[in-house]
Amino acid sequence: MALIEVAGLTRTFKVRGRPPVEAVKDLTFAVDPGEMVGYIGPNGAGKSTTIKMLTGILVPTSGSIRVAGVDPSRRRTQLARRIGVVFGQRTTLWWDLPLRDSFELLQKIYRTDPARHRANLAEFVELLGLGDLLLTPVRQLSLGQRMRGDIAAALLHDPEILYLDEPTIGLDVVSKGRLRDFLRTLNAERGTTLLLTTHDLQDIEALCRRVLVIDHGTTVYDGTLAGLHRQGGSTRTLVVDLVDEGPAIEVPGATVRRVEGPRQWLSFPADASAAPVVSAVVGAYDVADLSVQEPDIEDVIRELYLR
Amino acid sequence: MIEGAVRYAQIARLWVRASRAYPVSWALLVVGGFLITGIDFVGIWILFQNVTDLGGFDLHEVAFLYGTSGVAFAIADLFVGRIERLGQMIRLGRFDQMLVRPVPLLVQVCADEFALRRFSRIAQAALVLGWACTFVDWSTSRVLLTVLTVVAATVIFVALFVGMACIQFWTIDSAEVANAFTYGGNAVTSYPLTIFPSEVLKVMTFVLPLAFVNWYPSLYVLGHEDPLGYPDWTQWLSPVVAALLAVVALLVWRVGVRSYRSTGS
Repeated sequence: MALIEVAGLTRTFKVRGRPPVEAVKDLTFAVDPGEMVGYIGPNGAGKSTTIKMLTGILVPTSGSIRVAGVDPSRRRTQLARRIGVVFGQRTTLWWDLPLRDSFELLQKIYRTDPARHRANLAEFVELLGLGDLLLTPVRQLSLGQRMRGDIAAALLHDPEILYLDEPTIGLDVVSKGRLRDFLRTLNAERGTTLLLTTHDLQDIEALCRRVLVIDHGTTVYDGTLAGLHRQGGSTRTLVVDLVDEGPAIEVPGATVRRVEGPRQWLSFPADASAAPVVSAVVGAYDVADLSVQEPDIEDVIRELYLR
Repeated sequence: MIEGAVRYAQIARLWVRASRAYPVSWALLVVGGFLITGIDFVGIWILFQNVTDLGGFDLHEVAFLYGTSGVAFAIADLFVGRIERLGQMIRLGRFDQMLVRPVPLLVQVCADEFALRRFSRIAQAALVLGWACTFVDWSTSRVLLTVLTVVAATVIFVALFVGMACIQFWTIDSAEVANAFTYGGNAVTSYPLTIFPSEVLKVMTFVLPLAFVNWYPSLYVLGHEDPLGYPDWTQWLSPVVAALLAVVALLVWRVGVRSYRSTGS
């Protein structure tokens, strides 16, 4: 049975003197236990609104939600023990309290079994490298440290589902990698179901077998990342620096999009291998340098939506 | 209800412990709070150096009104006063976090950053009330009614704090409006309501029933005639009014939470 079931979900915001805004409209999807789902879409597409309805923060205008068998907005407190939520842009910790006190407060709030709490805390402190930070007030933590603290805080009560809203926003490459490793371990070892919204395509590549794309409040795609590229007709770009300026490169399987002096931009389908294109170019031209650019998720979605 | 109180105590205790990390600033705030609220009553005392009565009440009787209203307001403020920052909690996203935690929402909002230093206000008002009580001509029913009044008045102020804070669900910057009713209600009920025109007194009886905080019961305890000539039982009505207001406030709170819109992102 699905752990999260959403059917015909709609949320309208009324603003006085303006037409009502449908932030989410007629959304339907289901998530099975243990899945890691990437929930993506442009800014204002309705991602956060969906998460807020799934957690019970917002009451839907119409449609139905079942999370672990219950309606989140009506059984909010009951459901709270079974879910964890991380808002990337806002800390769930108490600004003036040391991390250790925040964790203790959470143990009281969730009434986690003290032995369980201690074991979880020890494990997350170790995995997330929080040992030296426990006595530091949250306001003095860096963004990356705070995010790690937030993730530990969301998991101390052993939730079955973890919602992450932009967990890697603003983090440096090292912190991002560390966070992804942690989430992968969490899913593999504890079977925690993950639903994360992100703008970073690499988060999805590293973590999610399944992608849900939403735009203007409706699902425009539900499937694998590779399938998304195929369906979106997305392209990768091969940037070629020739030794000398010359006419547009002609090789099978790729087309030139732009020429600027000795530099040329070739595009080819995202699901095709770059190897034959590269070897064809290198075989026929004098090449000084080469690089491959991944498709931008916003472009892929835009393409998808235009159809 | 008991469950809520237990959860409240657990959260409050951690906040009190956290504030002990800065003992000097804590002590200064307690003493400061005591002095600042004390100046309030010094003002009334100075007033009485120039007049013999205020609306037909002498200094000891005004002190009784001031003390009952002050103690009740200070207790309400200690336990639920934080709710006046609801708008700020919404804006900072803290309210969203409270919504996903397994503790009654109202408990979380009111216990957030619980500060025991507000206790100094209770102490100051209790001191004035104690002094005023030494001048009252006591009987068993007057003692009973005084106790009932302090309890009922506390509930009325709690209801005002909660009900008025809910306006912030719809207009986030309305904390000042709520203050007018809570702090304003405390200020008004610190004086004999006979200093106002009788229309104002009627509004405070039938529309926004602040007169039930302490005015009607005090008429009984202090042995004053009701200037509006209402039946004697109105002087015992405060607990009923308090219970009604509490129910209304809880309903408004529920409607507010259900229609909560959150913020962007």
